[in-house]
Amino acid sequence: MKHLYSAACALLVSSALFLTSCKEDKKLPVYGLRETKTIKNADGSAGVDTIYQTIPAFKLLNQDSVYITNDQFKGKIYIADFFFTSCTSICPIMHRNLKTIYDKFQDNPDVLFLSHTIDFKYDTPSVLKKYAKKLGVDGPKWQFVYGPKDTIYTLAEKSYLVAVMQDSTNRDGYVHQGFLVLIDKDKKIRGAYDGTNPEQVAQLMKDIPILLAEDHKADKK
Amino acid sequence: MRKSIIILFFLSTLTGIFYSCQTAERIQQDAYYVNGRDLYIKHCQNCHGANGEGLGELAPPLTDTVYLKQNKAQLACFIKNGLSAPVTVHGKVYEGKMPDLNMADIDLAQVIVYITNSFGNKQGMYSTEQIAADLKKCK
Ligand code: HEC
Repeated sequence: MKHLYSAACALLVSSALFLTSCKEDKKLPVYGLRETKTIKNADGSAGVDTIYQTIPAFKLLNQDSVYITNDQFKGKIYIADFFFTSCTSICPIMHRNLKTIYDKFQDNPDVLFLSHTIDFKYDTPSVLKKYAKKLGVDGPKWQFVYGPKDTIYTLAEKSYLVAVMQDSTNRDGYVHQGFLVLIDKDKKIRGAYDGTNPEQVAQLMKDIPILLAEDHKADKK
Repeated sequence: MRKSIIILFFLSTLTGIFYSCQTAERIQQDAYYVNGRDLYIKHCQNCHGANGEGLGELAPPLTDTVYLKQNKAQLACFIKNGLSAPVTVHGKVYEGKMPDLNMADIDLAQVIVYITNSFGNKQGMYSTEQIAADLKKCK
């Protein structure tokens, strides 16, 4: 009987250990399209490699009227979204939530933020600058970018997988999804969270350190 | 034991008297408040926050009890017609733009009862009749 008891105990302890060790190795999934490519291994044999969808090169004006490119995010993870400054519905909620994440990771130089305006008529860099200041995030860590309609809308739908459109029946003139998209160091999509949903925002808050840890592990290899 | 039962009985009678003494107005105010909270969550919370804290300098807080008291007669106009003239709340100037929410008088009354009795405000009832009168005086 006593043996049985200690065996059960041991089982419990080891499964607990197992579970926690599993947690540490947790990896975020990779989203988007993927294709496979046959490659030649070093020994000459054929192998298969998976190519993941990545965010393509871009060049956009930011709130300081300076062009920024992917280089701004080199070696960093970032959270991207699509909004417009005169939006009266979901954007205030998205940015209220994103601001709490920004505040939490304020001192971590590896976490950046990128908001694209979909209002190509009105949201010029100076309007974006004013908006950023009023939100209380004036600085390079959170970039607000402006670009031609085609560029921004294609980026949204093809690259970040967020639906955006002009809609004259909507009182604000535009509709869009409120996703906060998490991008890793290799420009791959690692998560998309509804920025108006408190639970999903909390999940994003938890996933950021996981992604950061993953990147550190890869560095050591 | 007996004593505590007697005390309990006494207390519950007292509260019973207290509640039945509540005026009809108070009961109506509570109903307005509850409905007003739902309207607030639906139409206002995105900008003004769950606790009326506002959003940076983009939307002012609703916690300035002096401001809300002084401007009570204007609140219906602000909400119905929108607001873009600068406002000074807690000594800070806000130059934003609140959209016109074009609500019915009864909804205006309910949401105003909610905001003027939450977030530190305590202004009591605001009737639908009063709304109609105040709306006539919108600037
Ligand atoms: C799209 C964002 C937005 C929404 C939605 C919104 N407001 Fe406002 N509200 C503002 C802004 C911005 C101002 C300041 C306007 C200015 O500077 O002229 C303001 C000002 C006010 C003020 C006066 C200043 C103060 O803080 O006391 C009141 C009262 C108010 N809003 C109540 C409401 C109520 C009630 C609702 C919902 C029925 C609502 N607002 C919905 C953005 C919003």
